[in-house]
Amino acid sequence: MSHFLSQAETFLPILMQGVYLTVLVTLGAFVLATGLGLVWAFMRVSGIAPLAWTARTIIVVVRGIPGMVTLFYIYFVMPDLGLSLTALQAAIIGLGIAYSPYMAEVFRAGIEAIDRGQTEAALSIGMGWSLLMRRVVLPQAIRVALPPYGSTMVMLLKDSSLASTITVAELSLQGKLLASSTFENTTIFTLVALIYLAMSLPLTAFNSWLERRMRQAR
Amino acid sequence: MSIIELRNVRKSFGQHEVIHDVSFAVEKGEVVCIIGPSGSGKSTLLRCINGLETYQGGEIVVHGERVDTGSSRIRQLRTRVAMVFQRFNLFPHRTALENVAEGPIFVKKEPREAVLARSRDLLTRVGLGAKIDAYPAQLSGGQQQRVAIARALGMNPDAILFDEPTSALDPELVGEVLAVMRSLADEGMTMVVVTHEMGFAREVADRVLFLDGGVLVEQGPPEEVLSRPQHPRTQDFLRRILPS
Ligand SMILES: Nc1ncnc2c1ncn2[C@@H]1O[C@H](COP(=O)(O)OP(=O)(O)O)[C@@H](O)[C@H]1O
Ligand SMILES: [Mg+2]
Repeated sequence: MSHFLSQAETFLPILMQGVYLTVLVTLGAFVLATGLGLVWAFMRVSGIAPLAWTARTIIVVVRGIPGMVTLFYIYFVMPDLGLSLTALQAAIIGLGIAYSPYMAEVFRAGIEAIDRGQTEAALSIGMGWSLLMRRVVLPQAIRVALPPYGSTMVMLLKDSSLASTITVAELSLQGKLLASSTFENTTIFTLVALIYLAMSLPLTAFNSWLERRMRQAR
Repeated sequence: MSIIELRNVRKSFGQHEVIHDVSFAVEKGEVVCIIGPSGSGKSTLLRCINGLETYQGGEIVVHGERVDTGSSRIRQLRTRVAMVFQRFNLFPHRTALENVAEGPIFVKKEPREAVLARSRDLLTRVGLGAKIDAYPAQLSGGQQQRVAIARALGMNPDAILFDEPTSALDPELVGEVLAVMRSLADEGMTMVVVTHEMGFAREVADRVLFLDGGVLVEQGPPEEVLSRPQHPRTQDFLRRILPS
């Protein structure tokens, strides 16, 4: 145990560089996936057929491709099309795109959970689409969507390790590199696993707390 | 000028025509009750008047202006005719007061303090002065429907459309809602009320319309339509609905 602790002291600073990239990739992709997911979701519920159809197609296509392949596409194929990205940029964009369909479905489920009668009531007092969304649908949709939205973030945190496949030295890759140069596999991968847990467990706990609160607020 | 006028209105869902050539007018201060069997097109007719549905033929005119869901004026028109729904359709995330104040503040952009004061008065007027800060889920059906009526009044509408406002209520709660509607009628509010409450229609309506299968079969003062119906379809409907 003391051996583990003294080694941890040496390895942790190096692993923390990986943590920095993991957090960066996760947050960056989360923001992008949220933005794209909102766009897809609004297109789907817009009631405008070509928009709904386009969004549905994008969702089906992106969801049908493994996230890793999407990353490869952004990182290795885009330069051929004249768009060169750093590995970090490609990881954020690729994961953001790969996760956008899940976000879209989370938001759409939230929006569609609102009873149609309320939409009618809002229209009947003269609200337009944007007021209807802002004042009636979204405040309620957020309550429905927040818990699954939070779980998506935990999934994304774990899947940020996919960035390692395109050379981003985030936590998992940093651990692997460190292990292959020191052969301290047990210590290092235990540390890596503990660090992931230290990030995901508080998120999960926060999520459950949020879910309970949302449920209490009627 | 009539407040609401329908001329030869036709409405179809796909190939299926559900309103056939309906014409009638509602004058200022008039209370018109629409009766008829389920599926006869009563809700659809109200929804067309409020611009919530398109219609395919004829013309609906509110206060001299044609109701056209494609027009940029439709929202403006909707603020002038309020609607009270069978299932209340209150905003569950807002208090009674906020439900009433929502339209005037955010749609009509009236000054907030004045709206809140008026909304409190309206809630008091429908007997809910003590429930101003309650959320819909904390209210009984009858109370929710009275909030919905206050919400309609808050828009200062030219007319209010009621779509079976008491049909979703427990029998013991029907009276409190009808009492509020009766007092509105006494104060001269223009109302179109789809209802199965024949007692209300008989006592409050200036005119009763009988709709069957999308056709306006018969209309007239309540004592005529309800007591001496001319048309066999009206007679048949009333025989089934009224305990003899
Ligand atoms: N959105 C809709 N799509 C297709 N048919 C509809 C729709 N709404 C109503 N209908 C049909 O129109 C007819 C009239 O319905 P409705 O106006 O609800 O009748 P009522 O209110 O008198 O019970 C019914 O045959 C109903 O099935
Ligand atoms: Mg109906």
